[in-house]
Amino acid sequence: MSAAEQNHSIAWKDSAEVARESVGSQKEGLVLPDWLLGWIIPAGSIILWELLARTGVLPPNWLPAPTSVARTIYDMGVAGELWKHVVITLARVAAGFLIGAAAGTLLGALTGYVRIACKLLDPLLQSLRSVPSIAWVPLFLLWLGIQETSKIALISLGAFFPVYLNLSAAVRDVDPKLIEVGRLYRLNSFEMIRRLILPAVLPQYIVGLRSGLGLAWMFVVAAELLGSSSGIGYLMVDGQMTGRAAIIFASIILFAACGKVTDWIANVVGDTTLGHRAR
Amino acid sequence: MRNGVLFPGGSLEIRIDRKTFNSSQGDLIVLQDVALAIDPGEFVCVVGGSGCGKTTLLRIIAGLEIDYEGSVSLDGSPVTAPGLNRGMVFQEHRLLPWLTVHDNVAFGLAHTPREERTEKTRHYINLVGLDDFEYEYPHRLSGGMSQRVALARALAGRPEVLLLDEPFASLDALTRVRMQQELLRLWQAEKTTVVLVTHDIEEAVYLADRVVVMSSQPGTIREIVPVGFARPRERTREDFVVVRKHILDEFFAPEVARPSALDIRD
Repeated sequence: MSAAEQNHSIAWKDSAEVARESVGSQKEGLVLPDWLLGWIIPAGSIILWELLARTGVLPPNWLPAPTSVARTIYDMGVAGELWKHVVITLARVAAGFLIGAAAGTLLGALTGYVRIACKLLDPLLQSLRSVPSIAWVPLFLLWLGIQETSKIALISLGAFFPVYLNLSAAVRDVDPKLIEVGRLYRLNSFEMIRRLILPAVLPQYIVGLRSGLGLAWMFVVAAELLGSSSGIGYLMVDGQMTGRAAIIFASIILFAACGKVTDWIANVVGDTTLGHRAR
Repeated sequence: MRNGVLFPGGSLEIRIDRKTFNSSQGDLIVLQDVALAIDPGEFVCVVGGSGCGKTTLLRIIAGLEIDYEGSVSLDGSPVTAPGLNRGMVFQEHRLLPWLTVHDNVAFGLAHTPREERTEKTRHYINLVGLDDFEYEYPHRLSGGMSQRVALARALAGRPEVLLLDEPFASLDALTRVRMQQELLRLWQAEKTTVVLVTHDIEEAVYLADRVVVMSSQPGTIREIVPVGFARPRERTREDFVVVRKHILDEFFAPEVARPSALDIRD
């Protein structure tokens, strides 16, 4: 940072501190940290919900109390049933994501790097993308049966497109000026890929992988809702069939938690890979 | 280390009969009849307006452009591709954003043994005065600092010829003057042959042993002005001002018949 920039940032920090101080002095006695402010409405709603459910204002088969949802999750966990379903769902997401991401990586790299491959394949893939993915379900069921294969195919399809689109665009958009630097230093094609193209596309590739993972979670819900005998989605259908809203809520929470955890892991892995470079 | 001298510069023999670019309106002649011999260790500045082909000339010497009529040779051997005996700095720093200053400077030294590479890299980072920033990433650097890293990267391969394409054009005026002084210091330390392309006449007179004045459309050499007086040069001294004015006048002097008035992009 140049001296001028340092001065600038100091000046900026000063004014921010001044602003914070003035806010603090105006609202004495009611200074809450931001994270706590964010919890007020959710926590309040849950307490209200709990109260309404306990007093019987809300029918339990329609909106069960948060505590009974928690009890449902706990009971299933103790019985071991919960883990079975979570593990099978995670396995489906993992398998589908890996296949989809691998295919996306392969075709993305190919269409990004080889111009003719892009001209041949990209229009087709772009038009396939505009088919709403759930519309493939009947075909997958017809071709691949109701077992695991069709579910994993659907999840792979979901994971494929973000990976493909991001990587293909990233490879095509590598700054030709940086490629020229590679030429100046006489890099061969292999070194050019390893030392210039790979690191250049990495940030956008990671973005693609993360959204592919997110879509894998969306598609596993669809796949499991449309006929399965295990998995969190199955729990949902089961809860619906047997009229147990607590199980449906429990499943929603499980989906959210699992999705959040895998995204967090992907985020940490991505940040670690990128290190301290500009993003 | 030829002749026991520290990394002497290379000699350049440039003869470009014709260099054209394809465009929608047909072939554009960018360079025509450019003949120039540059001595080892000489500092040559090429000045010209935009579109005079001065950047193309530099890219030909670098080996980035090979499709032209004529020949360029470095120490007697023809230039047909980029090579490590030539270092180049562009108008933009072109640092790799995912590498630290250290790794950027070491970029061209991949085939040098590790210890020697680290040592050389540190040496050049020190030479451009960025020791404190060795492990910073480019986005944390100012424009002048980035350009110094680019200079260190170009020098780290100990090239015989250093090619600079308007390296200071995007810097503010004060930084630019400081960078010009730094460049002279580096050149005197390294004894490399330097070809610097600029549109800044003052910069050229301040730096060069000889100033090559180019005219546009097609780009050709108008005049080669030797700048005899000793360094460091005083920009306000009379001899400096006289040479500057002479080159400036050269640009506005009536030209010999122009073959075409097509707009050429630099």
